[in-house]
Amino acid sequence: MIFVVSFLVVLMLVGAVAASIFRDLISAVIAAAFVSLIASILFYFLQAPDVAMAEAAIGAALTAAIFIIATRRTERFEE
Amino acid sequence: MRRTVTILLLIIVALGISLSLIEIPFGMPKTAIGRHYIDEGIEETGATNIVTSVVINYRGFDTLGEVTVLFIAAIGLGAVLTTSVKGETRKIQPASLVLYTGCRLLFPLILIFGSFIFLHGHLTPGGGFQGGAIIASGFLLIYLGCRERRISRAASNLAESLGGLIFVIIGLLGLVFGGYFLLNFLPKGTANTLFSAGIIPIIYIAIGFKVGSELASIIDNLIEES
Repeated sequence: MIFVVSFLVVLMLVGAVAASIFRDLISAVIAAAFVSLIASILFYFLQAPDVAMAEAAIGAALTAAIFIIATRRTERFEE
Repeated sequence: MRRTVTILLLIIVALGISLSLIEIPFGMPKTAIGRHYIDEGIEETGATNIVTSVVINYRGFDTLGEVTVLFIAAIGLGAVLTTSVKGETRKIQPASLVLYTGCRLLFPLILIFGSFIFLHGHLTPGGGFQGGAIIASGFLLIYLGCRERRISRAASNLAESLGGLIFVIIGLLGLVFGGYFLLNFLPKGTANTLFSAGIIPIIYIAIGFKVGSELASIIDNLIEES
């Protein structure tokens, strides 16, 4: 159990670092959505299924969609 | 020079935060009220999901505030986006057949799942916010897959206003029947059945419709604009 959670936390950190160093903004949004997805799994392991559902639906799906729609209006690549 | 000062400041802040965190005994109950919710929550509210009994019953007024914040955010976004000049209707590139069929097949299942989440909010994990967000993600799928389809603005506005109205009217009825806002005036029934917990399922259905239509209209505004 503790190994699964530690593995998930490491994955989440990798996703968070990737989101901040990616130059391609779409990739960065996907990495941020991945962090949200892992966070929702961790919420489930911490026995908070209500929060896990909200995090999965809003953090991983809707926020990522809104960011991607926003990048369509601006530039895709960061200088 | 600036870098050294920044690093020093960061070290001081980190030291302060960690010193104050050490003082907190994690895992210990800090207040007596949490124990009360766990022990007597089911008996007092009739909802077997204790999170729901806190969100709708004990702290129902806070939930009304949360719903209002989301409402104001949606209105603000709509106001900002519709003031800009509407461009010419661009030719929409249709999605591929696989995506189109997949979205059309998945959409009703997602709607049913979202409705299940908010109808069973008082029995199982989940509730109006979660169910509404799941329904909005179903609408997002329709916007991606069936690009010529649009949800009707009037219907989404109607669902949104009705949801808010039902929430406030039920709260005021509690004021009429028992003397305080959002009193659980309906019979509680037997716990663990669908028709139990008084006003909680009704309010969660209202919140589910409201949140779902609000988030869907936010996505609608953004997609129309871009």
